[in-house]
Amino acid sequence: MNLAPDALKAPAGGGGLIETTYREAVREAIREAMLRDERVFMMGEDVGRYGGCYAVSKGLLAEFGPDRIRDTPLSESGFTGAGIGAAMAGLRPIVELMTVNFSLLALDQILNTAATIRHMSGNQFGVPLVIRMATGAGRQLAAQHSHSLEGWYAHIPGIKVLAPATLEDARGMLWTALLDPDPVLIFENVMLYNMTGQLSAAAGAVDIDKAAVRRAGEDITLITYGGSLWKTLAAATALESENIRAEVIDLRSLRPLDDDTILRSVRKTRRALIVDEGWRSGSLAAEICARIVEGAFFELDAPVRRVCSEEVPIPYARHLEEAAIPQTSKIVAAVKTVFGRS
Amino acid sequence: MTETKDKPHLTRAHALDLLGQMVRIRRFEDKCAELYTQEKIRGFLHLYDGEEAIAVGVISVLEERDRVVSTYREHGHALVRGVPMGAALAEMYGKQEGCCLGRGGSMHLFDSARNFYGGNAIVGGGLPLAVGLGLADHMRRESNVTACFFGDGAVAEGEFHESLNLAALWSLPILFVCENNLYAMGTALALTESETDIQRKSTCYRIQSEALDGMDVVAVEAAARRAVRAVRETGKPYFLECRTYRLRAHSMFDAQLYRDKAEVESWRHREPILRFSEWLQSNNIVHPEDIARIESAVAAEIEQAVAFAEAGQWEPVENLKRFVCAEVGHEPGT
Ligand SMILES: Cc1ncc(C[n+]2csc(CCOP(=O)(O)OP(=O)(O)O)c2C)c(N)n1
Ligand SMILES: [Mg+2]
Repeated sequence: MNLAPDALKAPAGGGGLIETTYREAVREAIREAMLRDERVFMMGEDVGRYGGCYAVSKGLLAEFGPDRIRDTPLSESGFTGAGIGAAMAGLRPIVELMTVNFSLLALDQILNTAATIRHMSGNQFGVPLVIRMATGAGRQLAAQHSHSLEGWYAHIPGIKVLAPATLEDARGMLWTALLDPDPVLIFENVMLYNMTGQLSAAAGAVDIDKAAVRRAGEDITLITYGGSLWKTLAAATALESENIRAEVIDLRSLRPLDDDTILRSVRKTRRALIVDEGWRSGSLAAEICARIVEGAFFELDAPVRRVCSEEVPIPYARHLEEAAIPQTSKIVAAVKTVFGRS
Repeated sequence: MTETKDKPHLTRAHALDLLGQMVRIRRFEDKCAELYTQEKIRGFLHLYDGEEAIAVGVISVLEERDRVVSTYREHGHALVRGVPMGAALAEMYGKQEGCCLGRGGSMHLFDSARNFYGGNAIVGGGLPLAVGLGLADHMRRESNVTACFFGDGAVAEGEFHESLNLAALWSLPILFVCENNLYAMGTALALTESETDIQRKSTCYRIQSEALDGMDVVAVEAAARRAVRAVRETGKPYFLECRTYRLRAHSMFDAQLYRDKAEVESWRHREPILRFSEWLQSNNIVHPEDIARIESAVAAEIEQAVAFAEAGQWEPVENLKRFVCAEVGHEPGT
């Protein structure tokens, strides 16, 4: 399936802005996809009668019926593999996994089948599958529901990994992902579902391969994605009082990484700090740091720094959970150290 | 051999075809073993010696539009399905004329034109894939059958349970074919399963099933015919447990410490080719000249396949990163 340029155009719709939530934006994206392409269907645990464990698919069962909003048994490997097979046979499935922690039960299918088949078969088969899942901490769900493992997935050639952080991306990435001939994983940070804001009534598909500069600045580049975007933007605002003008990059796509946007910004600001809710060791932040050092070492005025999660299983108690993951205050403090201030 | 109501199908021509296909697999793999010792074929090589009746009996009754999902012991399935012998062998050589450009090797033969969804080297990994293929046919109301082959070892994997449950729950047109050769590498079935009656397990999912002598090609074909007809008519899954035995080592690295020679010998005279050809000859259906003709045709095909693989080229290293993701203009025909 070719990604025709006009496929990215927003569907015809009225103008104006609507008040919406991230959750509703994802739901609208699913609805639109189901309406536009009869090959699209969604399956996962409790997506139908229950309405989705994060209520994303609420109401869709009534609209599309149980064949296309398909409740599955607790068989992550089985139904993820079934999504792969259905995609290979010509359908366009959206598989919902409740959280990234449970996706580990389907990791074999994602890595050993979905990601390998095109290359291993000499381009005879492709897997146009979209897998959505929730990620991240902040809801006091403790150590088996709160991790941020999208960086692991970003390690895997053969798949694409997206992290929509804004309403526009929550609304627009899904359709483009469905047009992609290869498997695309979409990570929705659990803290964003309730985020409200204004979205164009005509909002539609967006690109899925470019990072976005969410705030322009001259003194340091803050690189982040997903749920950490908003904390990082808040940090950038706070840093104004320190006379530090931070540029904020939202990666949007974790694989492939948009090196150009990152390096262009770092060459301008000459400083970089990465904010990543994954654990520090072997993290996506480490990869970005390495790329900056490889690509812009001689243009740097200071060592690249990182704010990541502490290397602990995410705890239940609120104060411990908050202490475990990146926070605005930590980002501000880390940026100051880049400038030799404390 | 089994007397069945499908016996009228066993015309002389048909008998010769079944026999010929089994001989073709056996001789091809004998050659592969030889080429392995010459280091023409590397990596893992799993041979199907003793089990040929299953691929031949099942795949022969499928139609072109049907789908096949296989394992890493899939040379037989691929050949019967129509993957050209030269392309299969070139794949094992790692040559770009191979059916997967030499990227998959023995364990990963794919052929999209023949709906052959591959060798899979993850034990049990193909079962969910088959569920998805069946789901697509079910949702589009197409009466294709997906035949999914797997070993007794896969029965212990969670995917077995998940996939049989999904296939039955959603009423999917899948023919599950368990090739029970009593061993998963060196571990006997009795050491891994609390219930060693595999067919019985399938009934717990309310899947219609049969257990049969997987070394009797006529019995396999008759059961497969019943099964495929049932799947096509009802749209529901069907389960065949084909009881068989692997006469050679698990792979070329296996010293076979886990079983004695006497056990292997006791199975040798049940092996499908000898048995079928003796039965055919004693019933005057085929004659020694027929068998000689099959052998020489197969020998000629193998010779050509070897020449094809030998003459093949290595895929240029510059292509290493091609097709990790799709390239515009190079999408496969899915
Ligand atoms: C998930 C997984 N675990 C372990 C292995 C290693 N392994 C390869 S073949 C095999 C035995 C499988 O036995 P069975 O399913 O009975 O098939 P057979 O080899 O007898 O045809 C094992 C354990 C593997 N390939 N995949
Ligand atoms: Mg076995």
